[in-house]
Amino acid sequence: MNQRILPYLLVAPAVVFLGAFFIVPLVQTIVLSFDGGGTGNALGNYSRMVNDLNFGVSLRNTFMLVLVVVPLQLAMALAMGMMLQKIERGREMVLWIWTIPLGVSDLAAGLVWLALLQNTGYINSALFHLGLLDGPTPWLNSETPVTLFAAIVLAEVWRATAVVLIVIVAGLQTIPKEFGEAAEIFGAKPWRKFTRITLPLLKPSIQSALILRTVLAFEVFAAVYALGGRNFPVLVGEAYTWQNENQNYGVAAAYAVLIMVISLAATLVWLKALRTNPETQA
Amino acid sequence: MAGIVIDRIEKTFGTAKALDAVSLTVADGEFVALLGPSGCGKTTLLRIIAGLESRSGGRVLIGDRDVSDLRPADRGLAMVFQNYAVFPHMTVFENVAFGLRTKNAPEEKVRRNVMRAAELLHIEPYLERYPAKLSGGQRQRVAVARALAVEPAVLLMDEPLSNLDALLRLEMRADLKRVLQEAGTTTVYVTHDQTEAMGLADRIAVMHSGRIVQCDTPMTVYAAPATTFVGGFVGSPPMNFVPIRNEDGRARLDGFEATAPGTGELLLGFRGEDVRIDAPERGLSFAVAVAEPMGSHVLLTGTIADKLVRVVAPTGIRVAAGERIGIVPDPERVVWMSPETGAALPRIIS
Amino acid sequence: MTRSGRFLLWSGIVALCAWVLVPIYLIGVGAFGGRAAAFRWPKGILPVNTSLDQILVFLRIEGVANAAMNSLIAAGLTMLFSLLLGAPAGYALARFSFRGADAFRLMVLLTRAFPLAILALPLTVIFIKTGLYDTPLGVSLVHTALALPFATLVTAGLFQGIPREFEEAAWVFGCTRFQAIRKVVLPLALPGLAASAVFAFVISWNEVFAASVLTVRERTLTAYLLTVLSESPIHYRFAGGFILIVPSIVFIFAVRRYLFALWGVTSR
Ligand SMILES: Nc1ncnc2c1ncn2[C@@H]1O[C@H](COP(=O)(O)OP(=O)(O)OP(=O)(O)O)[C@@H](O)[C@H]1O
Ligand SMILES: [Mg+2]
Repeated sequence: MNQRILPYLLVAPAVVFLGAFFIVPLVQTIVLSFDGGGTGNALGNYSRMVNDLNFGVSLRNTFMLVLVVVPLQLAMALAMGMMLQKIERGREMVLWIWTIPLGVSDLAAGLVWLALLQNTGYINSALFHLGLLDGPTPWLNSETPVTLFAAIVLAEVWRATAVVLIVIVAGLQTIPKEFGEAAEIFGAKPWRKFTRITLPLLKPSIQSALILRTVLAFEVFAAVYALGGRNFPVLVGEAYTWQNENQNYGVAAAYAVLIMVISLAATLVWLKALRTNPETQA
Repeated sequence: MAGIVIDRIEKTFGTAKALDAVSLTVADGEFVALLGPSGCGKTTLLRIIAGLESRSGGRVLIGDRDVSDLRPADRGLAMVFQNYAVFPHMTVFENVAFGLRTKNAPEEKVRRNVMRAAELLHIEPYLERYPAKLSGGQRQRVAVARALAVEPAVLLMDEPLSNLDALLRLEMRADLKRVLQEAGTTTVYVTHDQTEAMGLADRIAVMHSGRIVQCDTPMTVYAAPATTFVGGFVGSPPMNFVPIRNEDGRARLDGFEATAPGTGELLLGFRGEDVRIDAPERGLSFAVAVAEPMGSHVLLTGTIADKLVRVVAPTGIRVAAGERIGIVPDPERVVWMSPETGAALPRIIS
Repeated sequence: MTRSGRFLLWSGIVALCAWVLVPIYLIGVGAFGGRAAAFRWPKGILPVNTSLDQILVFLRIEGVANAAMNSLIAAGLTMLFSLLLGAPAGYALARFSFRGADAFRLMVLLTRAFPLAILALPLTVIFIKTGLYDTPLGVSLVHTALALPFATLVTAGLFQGIPREFEEAAWVFGCTRFQAIRKVVLPLALPGLAASAVFAFVISWNEVFAASVLTVRERTLTAYLLTVLSESPIHYRFAGGFILIVPSIVFIFAVRRYLFALWGVTSR
């Protein structure tokens, strides 16, 4: 077969597929969101979205979640990665355990934490045994927004820190040991070594971990539903409701476009904020 | 009939020229060694013959057939790769049998050829093992056996013995030569080890930065290098070159005088062992810097007219560092080079 | 490291292991405990009257077995499609330098900046027209769009790790390109290919949003659980969550050696 066309034949199926199931729906979503929704105004769907009672709440909730969850996950993953650096025996085992949640869906993670946090759940039982609680207490309804938020944060951190951890550990493995050793010879304290040597060298990994996580965090939905039902509206949840329950595809598309714009903006922010000069990288 | 004709092959990687109009003819059954320093393009040329590398220009003929655009599989050759490329997921036996199996050879023939190749390369004990459990040298022998097992008309080998210890290499070299001669296999053999090239090859093609600078029998390459590069690269110690002036057909330096071609500044080339030691005022004036007894001879290192020169003296000789002696190169065996081009000047038959 | 430092380190490690494992253990207890366990107060850490029956009761609920089956089919198809489409593309990226290779790589990477599952929304209309709506096949197509970028990049890395000379040797000894791939490349790439297949499976098995949007009766397990969430008794939810988790854990264990190959690509 011709050597020149062979690579094109090989990538063609994937290109066609991504065209059909990524590019086309992407364009369609955008077009659909501007179809006016029968109002005659191209921004009709958007104004319906913005004027919806849940819009402001879901926007605020989603951002709050991302702003709390993502930094927390990064900090935890960095700490876990540094711990793994320090151990020899059992490293494989520990790494496996820590990455188990990789395979857990957000829905399942929500259900797991529901088992712990429901009225008669394990956390309440533990608090009862400690004498801190008199009986079953609800944490996850609309009257307890703070604890509901905390529960969702717990579920998200529990589930998705593993992804960040893998990226960080992969990055740590590419840093030659000599850098740290050299710093030690010059008398650098561990914390200083971490902030001056490890973190800067880890910047590309941190960047891609943040991009990956932020995009996924804006998609948060199933864990929220499992724990709080409709009590904690989020953007993707609203898109789902408009599509499946209200059967209004236009407004759902407007939500989708909004989420994509936010995701892209976040990606750009991370790309810019954590820009690395290729020459200063090991 | 499976001679090889390489006709003005060109290869550029981006802007870098790796092969510059290389031409070479290998007769049917001939053994040609490609000899040259690292990075001179030996592997690239071999890969172009095999059809693994695209060429920027020129043709390759095998057995009078233009194979330039054929796939490797259709060129009817076998190859030993520089980094072995022994398949890790097959036993040594299956590796050696690979070529025969793809050609659907009968099982009996597969077994016979594999055993013969294995015996030749001393790998029978490992036939059922996987390559991961073999040393580099053992893997290399598997790669050679794999190529021999298909009884190819044309065999390309890229430094096939480089990872063997000295003793085994000597033995393999002899065996290889015998087998290939008996089978009449046309062989192109890449090496940067000149003793290997001298010992094995019918002819040696010396390569230097993408060109074949000389292709001749080992003795001619050794005794009459076409350029100063060849003289310096082939032979140990390398050929000595001393600047000398030619007036009216006679070149003179110190107490040495000989008939020389050309006029003006020349380079006098001579082998360290083609000299007679004499009194300081007779011959070239050699300032001895180091005398190293080598057992069969003494290697003297020093300078003539400020040029580094190495000569071989008989064991009995008594010289000390700092001493001056006279060196008289055998006039029958000297070569004359142009200092500008580094190319040999025609010899004058006197 | 000092003794106290070492103690501190290992306390942290053990605590974090517990942070991961204890919740899984507890939902397991909840899943096998049934109704009685779900409402017992106060709960102890040890399981009481657990039995397999409770899970079987859950599986016999109308729709659950069907949903589980649909999930399996969708995940299986996703696995198949993403490998069939991704591996050739990965091979091309690894072995050829061709015009457009970088553009293709960029397109694949770009998919990561988008919440892909949301793109299922406009597909509903086309899927209804073409009969793909409410079928595991339709779901698997969208899931393949999620898994394909990973499959492509992972297999590219995989093929890059197999020296070109192995293939070249096969060619020299009489193989066509296709034969060389079959006899030499595929056997060497097999474990890695299996790992990325498993990975595609997990992506599909866990996906909630697209599956919920694209199905009504032929729900996948995640979509089913999401819709019945508000009406179903709490112990059924635990059973559902547990059933969702188990295959994932098994799969992640199976591919643990390839975790970095699979997720490491995200850092490039
Ligand atoms: N794929 C490639 N891309 C760019 N340059 C290349 C490539 N392959 C070889 N070269 C260059 O071509 C020249 C010849 O390389 P080649 O491998 O043929 O050398 P060689 O004579 O076999 O050396 P050695 O004895 O070290 O094996 C070198 O300068 C090398 O850097
Ligand atoms: Mg070479």
